[in-house]
Amino acid sequence: MLSRTASNLFWIARNIERAETTARLLEVGARNALIPSAGGGFRSEWDSVLRASGTATAFAEKYGDPVQRNIESFLFFDSENASSVASCIERARENGRIVRTALTGQVWDALNSAFQDLQALRRTERSKLSVSDLIDWTRRQCALVKGTVDDTQLRNDGWDFLHIGFTLERADATARLLDVKYYVLLPQVEFVGSGLDNYQWRTVLRAMSAHRAFNWAYGGEVTPPKIADFLILNPKSPRSLTTSIDEAGWHLDRLARAYGRGTEAQTKVRAMIAELAEARVEDIFDEGLHEFLTRFIDEVADLSAVIHRIYLSGETR
Amino acid sequence: MGEGIPAFFNEMYQGGDVRAPYRGLDRWAVEMPQELRTLKQSEAEALFRRIGITFAVYGDGGDPDRLIPFDMFPRAFSADEWRRLEQGIKQRAKALNAFLNDVYSRGEIIKAGRVPGRLVYCNEAFERAVMNIRPARGVYSHIVGIDLVRTGPEEFFVLEDNCRTPSGVSYMLENREIMMRMFPQLFQAKRVAPVENYPALLRRTFESVAPRKCEGDPCVVILTPGHFNSAYYEHSFLADMMGVELVEAADLFVEGDFVWMRTTQGPRKVDVIYRRIDDAFLDPLCFRPDSMLGIPGLMNVYRSGGVTLASAPGAGVADDKAIYTFVPDMVRFYLGEEPILNNVPTWQCAKPDDLRYVLDHLGELVVKEVHGSGGYGMLVGPRSTKEQIETFRHKLSETPGNYIAQPTLALSTVPTFVEEGIAPRHVDLRPYCLVGERIELVPGALTRVALTEGSLVVNSSQGGGVKDTWVMAE
Repeated sequence: MLSRTASNLFWIARNIERAETTARLLEVGARNALIPSAGGGFRSEWDSVLRASGTATAFAEKYGDPVQRNIESFLFFDSENASSVASCIERARENGRIVRTALTGQVWDALNSAFQDLQALRRTERSKLSVSDLIDWTRRQCALVKGTVDDTQLRNDGWDFLHIGFTLERADATARLLDVKYYVLLPQVEFVGSGLDNYQWRTVLRAMSAHRAFNWAYGGEVTPPKIADFLILNPKSPRSLTTSIDEAGWHLDRLARAYGRGTEAQTKVRAMIAELAEARVEDIFDEGLHEFLTRFIDEVADLSAVIHRIYLSGETR
Repeated sequence: MGEGIPAFFNEMYQGGDVRAPYRGLDRWAVEMPQELRTLKQSEAEALFRRIGITFAVYGDGGDPDRLIPFDMFPRAFSADEWRRLEQGIKQRAKALNAFLNDVYSRGEIIKAGRVPGRLVYCNEAFERAVMNIRPARGVYSHIVGIDLVRTGPEEFFVLEDNCRTPSGVSYMLENREIMMRMFPQLFQAKRVAPVENYPALLRRTFESVAPRKCEGDPCVVILTPGHFNSAYYEHSFLADMMGVELVEAADLFVEGDFVWMRTTQGPRKVDVIYRRIDDAFLDPLCFRPDSMLGIPGLMNVYRSGGVTLASAPGAGVADDKAIYTFVPDMVRFYLGEEPILNNVPTWQCAKPDDLRYVLDHLGELVVKEVHGSGGYGMLVGPRSTKEQIETFRHKLSETPGNYIAQPTLALSTVPTFVEEGIAPRHVDLRPYCLVGERIELVPGALTRVALTEGSLVVNSSQGGGVKDTWVMAE
């Protein structure tokens, strides 16, 4: 497969996954704005939402204060925001157009219809669009792309590059989201058992669309170690770091078998899998949650760079 | 033909009768309820948009996401009509390739005084760099697009030849797919010869012209300028249908005696490049030192028989409008046959006598720029205002060498769905002839139709659309 083709497939997946992450963040922000705050008025998670999406500075420069309506436009429609849902979907579709021949008709259809719908949404009066509709729409489009990828794509190296894109982006998103909220999970004596942190914790779970799954997996009280375990270490949790990296490793191994050659990428991912497999929540809190997450985010970036160098850049060995 | 509007040949009728290939279509069209027609039309449009076939034919430029209007009323040829066309097209494709072989080697036709050397050697499309290089099987133009118009039951004229990279074939294939999907009953009632093996034939054609140094199965790729190009859809469509890689220049590099592509498993050798980019952007070391595009060193590999380029660099000299006049002579000179397809009589404004005639008859002629395309910068005398004619008179006097003139042909018409119902509209025809080990032509072509009433200009940039083109099975 052409390196450029592999690269475009990888980025289709990353962009789709990122669109979904942004929509999820938008949901958390919008939901929180409906909950009365203790000091009067309403809660605002918008600041952490912007930080989690890595766009707080860009937003402040463009709009100043975080006004909900502006944030909604910024996170959904704004072409200047590289992480907005619209930007991600447009880029994914453009990546798809470039490698049209490496996609099945159904996957292309999913990407292209999302893009065509988006043009229609852009022309619609904003007052006629509810945030929850926009969020649902995004989820549906992303699910369609992923569903058609798994239903229709040949199980060849292209399929692996798509999945490596999905999983690395997901690992990165989960880690970043946790990192923005890491202080909420720190055991602080004065808040324990108070309504406040409990609510914040649930927000973290909601942001991963994981609050119900969490209940099924753990039950009982929501505690920071349980949340950290669920989102970092639990292999049953679909967005945990362990699950994401395991899946990335599985696809990298398939590549190594298909190409008859292992590379630094497989070595690197195995080291990450091993570390996560042995880690316990206590170790992570000992290291410091923030420190652990920062290190993990860097490692994902390293792995991504190695994959890029070996498979996607077309270097001539 | 004279001035005024000549009588047009409507391809559906002969006297009061419906001609055989169209039999049944008249009733089908008339009996289609208005609502069904609107429904089908929007269904077709949605299909085109969904598969992403939005692009300009023949380098018309413009919005890459624009749809070219599709007219559902097919154009049809009988097997007999097609057989004759096929012979003429193949003959012409053969002669054009013989001409290219000749002018890049001994130049016999010039020595014989049949074609002026100045028109060949001073031509912008003539590539000195490929002099005396014989491409695999002596084929320069692997896909010859010959634009034809019809003026009567038996009268076909060649408007121009396209020896480089004629576009639009994806429309030929997709128009058929969409018609079969929307109107299966038509295809049950009429035996329409299929065109769907065109991509397979195209691939076989390329494989048959693998370079001398190629061992084993040749690796064929399509080289595209990229996804911003207006014909990108066609490039990716053909790559997909042929099952070959679609590459950009940056995906290719030269090392040693060969061209390689960058893959996830390291370099892979490339043997045949169907390039959809101009000569000038193939190799910056050879053609355009100022260009960042292209594959440095490509021409060295080409020269030494390490890669086949389709079409071969320099093929454009055969489809120049100034050379066009001499194609019938080429047929006689190289093949010793009489041309089956005629040229449109053409006046070269560079010649003083011709220019004088053209200036005296501007009101009845079509004047075209020698290097123009896309229907821009042309004058259709009988359909122009006094001012437009005077503007052209001025241009012609300034730079006569830039223009040729032809009589206004009474282009045939085919019934077409229009606002008010069904009405005749003018059409042209572009078949795609494949030249490799064999010369082949699928029974089909692209028909362009001028949707504006009375218009003779079929280019999509000027309000043209496309039709499915049928050849009846024997």
